[in-house]
Amino acid sequence: MLSRTADNLFWMARHIERAENIARVLDVAHRTSLLPRDVEGTEANLWYAPLNITGCAASYEEKHGLARASAVTHYMALDPDNPSSIYTCLKMARENARAARSTITSEMWEIINATWLELKRLSDQMDYDYEKFPDFFEWVKGRSHLFRGVTLGTIIKDIALSFIKLGTFLERADNTARLLDVKYHILLTEKENVGSSVDYYQWGSLLKSVSAFEAYRKIYRDVISPLRVAELLILRDDMPRSLHACMDEVEDALLEINGSAGKEARRSAGELHAALHFGRIEDIFEQGLHEYLTHFLGQTYSLSQNIRDAYLARQDRFETLPIRSAGQSQQQT
Amino acid sequence: MDTKTTNYFDEMRIDDVKIRDIYQHYQHWQSNLSTGTLERKSAEAELLFRRLGITFAVYGESSGSERVIPFDIVPRIFSRTEWTRLELGIKQRVRALNAFLHDIYHEQEIIKAGVISKKQVLGNALYRPEMQGVDLPNQVYAQIAGIDLVRVAENDFYVLEDNLRTPSGVSYMLENRNTMMRLFPELFASHAVEPVEHYPQMLLDTLRESAPSNISNPTIVVMTPGSYNSAYFEHAFLASQMGVELVEGQDLFVHQQKVYMHTTDGPQQVHVIYRRVDDDFLDPLAFRPDSTLGVPGLLDAYCSGNVSLTNGVGTGVADDKSTYFYVPDMIKFYLGETPLLSNVPTWRLSEKDDLKYALAHLPELVVKEVQGSGGYGMLVGPTSSKAEIETYKQRILKDPANFIAQPTLALSTCPTLVESGVAPRHVDLRPFVLSGKDIRLVAGGLTRVALSEGSLVVNSSQGGGTKDTWVLED
Repeated sequence: MLSRTADNLFWMARHIERAENIARVLDVAHRTSLLPRDVEGTEANLWYAPLNITGCAASYEEKHGLARASAVTHYMALDPDNPSSIYTCLKMARENARAARSTITSEMWEIINATWLELKRLSDQMDYDYEKFPDFFEWVKGRSHLFRGVTLGTIIKDIALSFIKLGTFLERADNTARLLDVKYHILLTEKENVGSSVDYYQWGSLLKSVSAFEAYRKIYRDVISPLRVAELLILRDDMPRSLHACMDEVEDALLEINGSAGKEARRSAGELHAALHFGRIEDIFEQGLHEYLTHFLGQTYSLSQNIRDAYLARQDRFETLPIRSAGQSQQQT
Repeated sequence: MDTKTTNYFDEMRIDDVKIRDIYQHYQHWQSNLSTGTLERKSAEAELLFRRLGITFAVYGESSGSERVIPFDIVPRIFSRTEWTRLELGIKQRVRALNAFLHDIYHEQEIIKAGVISKKQVLGNALYRPEMQGVDLPNQVYAQIAGIDLVRVAENDFYVLEDNLRTPSGVSYMLENRNTMMRLFPELFASHAVEPVEHYPQMLLDTLRESAPSNISNPTIVVMTPGSYNSAYFEHAFLASQMGVELVEGQDLFVHQQKVYMHTTDGPQQVHVIYRRVDDDFLDPLAFRPDSTLGVPGLLDAYCSGNVSLTNGVGTGVADDKSTYFYVPDMIKFYLGETPLLSNVPTWRLSEKDDLKYALAHLPELVVKEVQGSGGYGMLVGPTSSKAEIETYKQRILKDPANFIAQPTLALSTCPTLVESGVAPRHVDLRPFVLSGKDIRLVAGGLTRVALSEGSLVVNSSQGGGTKDTWVLED
């Protein structure tokens, strides 16, 4: 597969997953804002969380000042100037899809293109009235689900799909880790507070943001405890948005892609995966949850770099890789 | 029916009452539709095209703007008898044009015989001296040709121009058919419309046959200038229909006169490039040094016979509008045959007498730039104002050799859905001709239609639309 095509598939998937995650984060902030104020303190306090998760607090402040519900929502959902808004992600996803159009199926293209056209229509209708947003978040999530379904239902299971999976699950792992990191303080509450209604809402909303609330109940059938929330979202391999589950998929995708250049990427993915596979939540808390997550984010970042160097970058490889003889390359066609 | 267009040959109607045989069945179907059906289906088609992203960019408009080419839902119909005649004429023409290209890049017999002047060929800016003596597979230069035809009477067709560089529009031919079948399945159940859907397969076969002769299982790619090119949709469409990679210049590199693409599994050699990039931009080492679309060293690899480019380099010299004049002579010279399709009478303004005549008759003539395309920079005398004609006259006088003039042809009309209902509009036809070991074309092509009343300019860049083109047993 062309490196440029692989690059576009990888980023198309990442951008769609990112749009979905932003919608989730904002949705939870909205739900929380409906709770009694003392749950998360001031409005500004509450609305800094989504900005921090996507790392755009500084650029937001420059434009709007203090974090306020309507401004944050609009900035993260629809602002074309915000490089990590839902709007920008879906726009980029469409550009990636357009560039990889001869590789993706026409059904996939139709979904992405229709999503973009509909988003443009919706964004014209919406202003700062944030009452309208919950439906919008549902729509974004729905389009993302639809895209994944159409992808699995129509594309050939070759490395095109592997690069799409790689993008999706790296982005998802990154997002779950960030989400946990921004909220890690609430998972470290004093023992005596456990079971209080405040904590219930805090953890409840964290679980809901990654569609894990129902899973938690099903698996633990017990009160919500910080250790278990962390365990569920980090170490459980049956929880679709956990770090472990994501790294399962990432490692699989890298093995499918294979190729001589991907050794380092496969090694570091394997290492990350093994740590999650054999890790114990008690040890992670011992080490410090924040420190653990910071380390994890650093590792996924360098994994992304390895993937880029091995498969996606073009110019660099011209200098560093030996040219194969014509005979060798013909066998691959 | 408005009187303005009644002087023209109408594809469907003999007069206000009588319908041509080949349209009988269709007209019967259409007249039984309930009011508003055509309008509704037309809106549906527009939506379909937009959702599928079948768009093109118009140069000069804000960057990134994408437009849907208007699709007209009334088909343009040929009978098998008519088509067979056209097909023979088209193949004959393309055969002669390829023979001409081979000749001028080798022995130049046609110049030696005095049929065409040395200056006309070697002095042409699109003649590529780099190609002199280069042997191409099948001796074919234009593997993909688009021959633009117009009809002025029942048995009177003219070739308007030959497109031998990177003719576009074939994806519309295919998507128009696709859309018609989605909108009106019942029409296709009751009409035996000859299929066009196998065009991508024919194209792939042609590209395979065009590979360097020692390669048995060639790696084929489509090369695009990029996703902002006006025809990007078509490039991506054809690549995916053929199941080959769509590459940009940056994806390719040349090593020891061989072309490779960067893949996730290392460099892979490429044997055939269906390039949709103009000669000038192909190779910054050989042509325009500022081109970022091309591949350094590509021409060298091509001339060494390690990679095939379709179309070949230097085909522009044969589709130049001043060379057009000589195509009937080429047919006689190379094939010893009588041309089956007529050329439009052409005044070459490089000639003193022709210039004099043309300047005196500008309001009746169509004037075109010799190397122009896409309907840009032309003058349609009868529909231009005095001021426009005067401005154009000044342009001609600056460099007469850069222009040709032709009589304004009475292009045939075809019923077309416009705001006021179904009304006649002028059409032309571009069939796509493939030349590998054989010459092939599907029964159909792209019918372009000038949507404004009375307009004779059908180019999509000038607001033209397209129609599905049918060939039916008569």
